[in-house]
Amino acid sequence: MSYSSLLILTLIGTFLIFRGFETFRDQGFKFITGFEWTSNVVDGVEKGTFGIGAMIIGTLLIAFTAIAIGVPISAMTALYLNFYAPAKAKALLTTILDLMAAFPSILFGLWGYFVLAPMAEYWAKLLYKYFRWIPIFDAPQPAFARSPFIAALVLTVMIIPIVTSVSREVFSQAPLDRIQAAYALGATKWAMIRTVVIPFGASGVVGGAMLGLGRAMGETVAIYMVLNIAFINNLHILYGVGGNVASMIVQKWGESGLVESKALLAAGFVLFMLTLIVNSIANLIVRYAVKSGK
Amino acid sequence: MATNATVVSAMKPSMPWQPTRGDRARSVIRLLISALLTYGIVALTPLKGKLAYFFVFIALSTFITAVDKFRAGGKKAAQDSFVSALALTAGVIVFLPVASILFTTVSRGVKGFHKTLLTDTMAKASITDPISMGGILHAIVGTIMIVLLASIISVPLSIMTALYLTEIKGRASGFIQFLVQAMSGIPSIVAGIFIYAAILVNTALRGSAIIGALALAILMIPTVTRTSQEVLRLIPNDLREAGLALGATQWKTVATIVLPAARSGLVTAFILGVARIAGETAPLLFTIGAADTLNLNPINGANSALPYYTWRTLTGGTPESMQRAWTAILVLLIVVLALFITARSISRRRTA
Amino acid sequence: MSSNEEFNVHKENNGEDMTIANAQPSHAAPKSLSEVSANRLKDRTPGNAPLGTGLEARNIHAWFSKHLAVQDISLDFAAGTVTALIGPSGCGKSTFIRTLNRMHEFIPGAAMAGEVLLNGKDIYERGTDVTKIRLQIGMVFQKPNPFPSMTIGENVLSGLKLAQLKVTNKDDLMEECLERAGLWNEVKDRLGAHAGGLSGGQQQRLCIARSLAVNPKVLLMDEPCSALDPGSTLRIEETIGELAKSMTIIIVTHNMQQAARVSDYTAFFLSDGGPGKLIEVGPTNEIFSTPRDQRTENYVSGRFG
Repeated sequence: MSYSSLLILTLIGTFLIFRGFETFRDQGFKFITGFEWTSNVVDGVEKGTFGIGAMIIGTLLIAFTAIAIGVPISAMTALYLNFYAPAKAKALLTTILDLMAAFPSILFGLWGYFVLAPMAEYWAKLLYKYFRWIPIFDAPQPAFARSPFIAALVLTVMIIPIVTSVSREVFSQAPLDRIQAAYALGATKWAMIRTVVIPFGASGVVGGAMLGLGRAMGETVAIYMVLNIAFINNLHILYGVGGNVASMIVQKWGESGLVESKALLAAGFVLFMLTLIVNSIANLIVRYAVKSGK
Repeated sequence: MATNATVVSAMKPSMPWQPTRGDRARSVIRLLISALLTYGIVALTPLKGKLAYFFVFIALSTFITAVDKFRAGGKKAAQDSFVSALALTAGVIVFLPVASILFTTVSRGVKGFHKTLLTDTMAKASITDPISMGGILHAIVGTIMIVLLASIISVPLSIMTALYLTEIKGRASGFIQFLVQAMSGIPSIVAGIFIYAAILVNTALRGSAIIGALALAILMIPTVTRTSQEVLRLIPNDLREAGLALGATQWKTVATIVLPAARSGLVTAFILGVARIAGETAPLLFTIGAADTLNLNPINGANSALPYYTWRTLTGGTPESMQRAWTAILVLLIVVLALFITARSISRRRTA
Repeated sequence: MSSNEEFNVHKENNGEDMTIANAQPSHAAPKSLSEVSANRLKDRTPGNAPLGTGLEARNIHAWFSKHLAVQDISLDFAAGTVTALIGPSGCGKSTFIRTLNRMHEFIPGAAMAGEVLLNGKDIYERGTDVTKIRLQIGMVFQKPNPFPSMTIGENVLSGLKLAQLKVTNKDDLMEECLERAGLWNEVKDRLGAHAGGLSGGQQQRLCIARSLAVNPKVLLMDEPCSALDPGSTLRIEETIGELAKSMTIIIVTHNMQQAARVSDYTAFFLSDGGPGKLIEVGPTNEIFSTPRDQRTENYVSGRFG
């Protein structure tokens, strides 16, 4: 009965490996590192070169940007909820966070495209104007619509509930006797937090951040709607082109022939492995953080 | 020094550590100064828009408050007030997107409400037709169908798994726990691909409600299992011991004592699982087929669902199809909100 | 007559204290608390440093939301003395002592009335910097709570770091505080080790050293030895005797023998189901030998509590 989950997970892995194995066999390791994805029919035989390298870089780029923006905000929000917020504000904000966690991702995609993107484009222009001496903010042309930056912002909003929730959980377990000791020594609230709460909860926040990372890496529809997906390796986050593995699968699926669809399945398998590793590490860290801390 | 305190005085409680009226007046003055300076700064620089006012105001009031506190209490007081301001800012930043999402969805979606929205399907209308034609009945029914099917598949499995992990605690528990956690991290697209690869790819089967439900089940099982686990863990052990002491077997104890006690929590777990999958789009993309008509057959023929319908209308490209998307997502949001509120009120009644 | 030297015999066994096993009092075991207290008075060499007026509590009341926990306590703690607060569980001693360094206000819904005067100034006066007050009125808690993310040396100086105070010679201050707390010899070679590796008694002495580093005028101790073994308890009681020469010490204790050993004055608290009240206060050996109130007599002779 509960071995069902064992069964399902094994089946998923097996099938994806199986179907994608052929692609690996044909393309080899270049599947992950290659940057070219072409598929054409030559003399009635489907041939193709499949390399998801650009998409993996894209996945990591927007996911890590989302973490970089989202984790500080989430950690501060967790501190606010635990140590600063008056009771009513705490209840309201907690409800809002739970609500956010329940929103469908397509809603984030819609909102991201229609509401956030115009504003973010404007911010991108400002960033480009004043900060383009930093390479990541530079761009080959000033085309800022549907950029990885906007996609990362949407992802940030999506992962804030998870990271904040885990951080709150960990911070709330900070030992009261040490908190009192700090105050009795004449500490201000911030001095107490940085001496007792942060050393205690830091690893928990890291675990939460990794859970957020796993979610960000696997997001599909929201990215598809907000990002201009093209098979170009783009590290300039303000420049309007990019992609991630999940949205690439969706984009190419409709018109794919047999060989290409096997390659897409292989891509799904790679994505699955990536998120599996990240999530496993994250869960280990969170469990260790909540248990220890004595 | 040797006094006997026998006189009882009737003194009133006070909280001398709370901010005084003078403190409050001071903070109001600080905010006013910040507001004025904000207006000036935004007028003079290339920043524009409501958000510009917002961020400049926050930055200025943080700075001014920190300076004020520095004069009173030195560096540590200034640092403390700076961090307080940051924490509050973070809270507000989290609040803004949600407010914006809710406001946008309601204001845009409402425009698409018309008499036949919930009773008509898209059988005779195309997504680019004027919004008063056609409706989303097929999508709503489709959603209900696949959620029901997914629940039938997932809920018994999940609850059994949760019971195994919390009650029996067999030798495989560590491994099963790991699996459940791994499953909860599966990207939704991968769930869809898996079902496609496992069932549809080399067979004559085509997308239908049951196939979509299977993909959703993969996502529902870990959610319901984890929430059920937490609920079961909260049941005090005394109940279990009482049952066993009366001579019942472990399974009988679970069935007659633990499960009824956990009933409302398990219902909450179920509802949360439903809320999770009701809004999923990616798993359905390859598994449900693309239907514009009402299809009550779960195993034969393409079907639709609210998120999927939204997805399709987005690709239409015209203002009419976009409007349909907003309206459909508003209906979906209402459904998710209703589920959310229901789950909360059940759990609140439980702990009351 | 027992002499302090005998209590100092200890084995350097992992820095651990084996005093109790070696203590050999040279007189017959005391038969009553008043004898203990009388013996102590004979040994005590009074301090002679000018210390100011100590701490005075006037008409202190404390509430938790609407519930009155402590009613109308007035006590004047003279400088250079040790005062023990005794009484059965739940009679408000801990609540009262937390009003003395403004820790009571951390509890949501807390309220108070009355004044606490340090050097003549009410610490609850509006506009007072409460963090500065807590530097002058320190506290040692029941459960030892050193900061595990810091080394032993860093723990001692943590009060300075928290308050962002500059000190000219950190190492001298560290040594002095550890010496006064009775811990220097056991840790002087491992100041860089983590605080978590110490025993319970050592951790508590580390917490005392930590409180001393910010140079308080008053030290509040809330049952500091109740979680410790008898050997550590004795070490800490010696420390209290030494510290009292330069500051005012107020100690809450459940242990009447400890009160008799350690304090100059004793205050007896009691709650008859309602708010805690001060029943009687006086020099320790009077409280234990000739208490004025019948309830005090009942408590110290063990008829209840």
